Amino acid sequence: MSLSSGTVGQIPAVAPPRTRRGGTPQGRRESLTGLLFVAPFIVGFIIFSALPMGASLLLSLTDFDPRAPDEMRFIGLANYAEMASDPVLRESLLVTVRFGLIAVPLTLGFALAVAILVNSKLLAGRNVFRTLFYMPIQIPIVASTLVWIGVLHATTGWLNLGLDAVGIDGPNWLQSPTWVGPALALMGLWGIGNMMLIFLAGLQSVPTELYDAAKVDGAGSLASFRHVTLPMISPVLFYNLIIALIGAFQYFTQAYVVSNGRGDPDRATLFFNLNLYREAFGFFNMGYASALAWLLFAIVLALTIVLFRTAGSWVFSGGER
Amino acid sequence: MSATAAQTRALSATGPLGAQMRRFAAVAGVTLLAVTIVSAFLMPLAYMVATAFKDQSQLTTVGAPLYPAARETFTYEGKELDVYDVPTPDGAVHAWALLEPHREDALFIDPANPAGGPILWEGRWRTLQQHWTFSLRVENFTNAWDTIAFPRLFFNTVAIATLSTLGAVLSAICVAYGFSRFRFPGRNGLFMLMVATIILPFQVTLIPSYAVYLSLGWVGTWLPLIVPHFFSNAYNVFLLRQYFLTIPRELDEAAMIDGAGPFRILRSVIVPQAKPAIVAVTLFHFFWAWNEYFLPLIYLQGQPDAQPLAVGLARFNALYSQEPTLIQAAAIMAMALPVVVFFLAQRAFMRGVVFGGVEK
Repeated sequence: MSLSSGTVGQIPAVAPPRTRRGGTPQGRRESLTGLLFVAPFIVGFIIFSALPMGASLLLSLTDFDPRAPDEMRFIGLANYAEMASDPVLRESLLVTVRFGLIAVPLTLGFALAVAILVNSKLLAGRNVFRTLFYMPIQIPIVASTLVWIGVLHATTGWLNLGLDAVGIDGPNWLQSPTWVGPALALMGLWGIGNMMLIFLAGLQSVPTELYDAAKVDGAGSLASFRHVTLPMISPVLFYNLIIALIGAFQYFTQAYVVSNGRGDPDRATLFFNLNLYREAFGFFNMGYASALAWLLFAIVLALTIVLFRTAGSWVFSGGER
Repeated sequence: MSATAAQTRALSATGPLGAQMRRFAAVAGVTLLAVTIVSAFLMPLAYMVATAFKDQSQLTTVGAPLYPAARETFTYEGKELDVYDVPTPDGAVHAWALLEPHREDALFIDPANPAGGPILWEGRWRTLQQHWTFSLRVENFTNAWDTIAFPRLFFNTVAIATLSTLGAVLSAICVAYGFSRFRFPGRNGLFMLMVATIILPFQVTLIPSYAVYLSLGWVGTWLPLIVPHFFSNAYNVFLLRQYFLTIPRELDEAAMIDGAGPFRILRSVIVPQAKPAIVAVTLFHFFWAWNEYFLPLIYLQGQPDAQPLAVGLARFNALYSQEPTLIQAAAIMAMALPVVVFFLAQRAFMRGVVFGGVEK
């Protein structure tokens, strides 16, 4: 379970090199067999990734409507130009970014805190707690969203009943443009399972000698967390951060179920992906929706590249090889 | 503050026993904290179960308990009377049936002793709470079961998830075997390309795929949800390849000397050795398919008989959002199988996350 000590995201070393040659008959047979086994990927990549990507790029230059495919016209970059002045798109980007700014730190922080808790030697029944904190991720998202819709109900939901009991007048979470974002972020805490386990594996791989050394140097538990734990788990933190950010831009099901696909209230749940879905399958503006998909790809790619660029300054890579 | 500090010092002064006590207190404290957090974390499940067993009217009644309950009534001389919690001056609270309400007093009957006749109680009966008794309402489940055609949706979900898992696991085993055991030109480039597809958002290929499936007549069928999985998926291949690489090559070579071909080696050496990883991939994929919402929503729109649970459940919610009791009962039905399987196979799940996620 050890973390490979290389930098995060680096593709691990390939299969150990073998001492045999390339051009011999056996070598050719080996190549052929290997390619044969990898064929499902190659064929699948061409049919389900490469060709559709090309087609999608082309479609983004048209006004394709599947109900009338014969009337498709080539319209150049008009779809991309339209994006610049599309108020709904701007709103959907804002909704997504605002949600990401709340949900990503909240989820990461909670997952890390829970991982530290269930890693504590002072906790009795650690495996039971790990299982319980992990479990909600296994609940189908539609079902868990319905449960939360009930819990967040303004008058009969248990969250507001609880707040009421301590004298706080809870908001109408899912009907208020202000509160629906935080409510969805709260709901997202049920998805910490994988993050928590990955943090946990990271915590367990920190050598105990480092903590002993910090103790000898007079570090308290806070100081050793900051100067030992955090740097040592920064690779898993980085990994979880990338997954969480990409997740925020892919956010769909919860928003769809909460608003019955409309983005209510006041477009406050019109996430990027929901807007794309509506353009494509609600209004059948499939040319424009293809352009939106490419915008999404550009954003995800840019985020990933920026994060990898900054990784050098804060992600610890033990003894670069 | 200083008193507790002194106490701690006194405890530690008593030696190993004191240290033991301190450790015990720390364990109790941390465990209690964890219990509190996990209870709050899982509270929605308690809400779900409680609501699923309630009568719709209990939800909106002020003063109703949080657990499923029914208002108690008592039939007295042919009349149905409401039962209230009635406090008496001696400090006791009685469950009495209201016989004759007045402004400043009322007549009650004690259901335990109706022969005792009416009891006069001084006070405003309107300030009293009705008496609730624990009562489970199972009709929500039978109603939800029939309304969403649960057996149909359940069958669809199992069928789609099983077929797509079959394809995903078989193809991932083959491709991972190819990447981990054979040398061929362009292998590393192909592998990189495969890993790169992980960050390719599915939306980019969505619309052309939809158009192609539409022209093939596949929209409205399960085919778009199953067939692509027979061509392997980067996550699954990655996880399996990592695991295959840890299997010693000597095992392959020994089998090769015994005359086994590549397929034979895969079947009798690699697959048995990689069982934990294959089980993890199978479970992950199966429940990923079980949960999948977006693609079935698009490809099975307007085909309620072909939809999986996730889509049917959301449709049901749109129709019955005013009846949380039905919705929560349906949610329980939709999550029962994944949650039970998770508890049975939690080790395999949780280990799979770690070798899929961290060893990258």
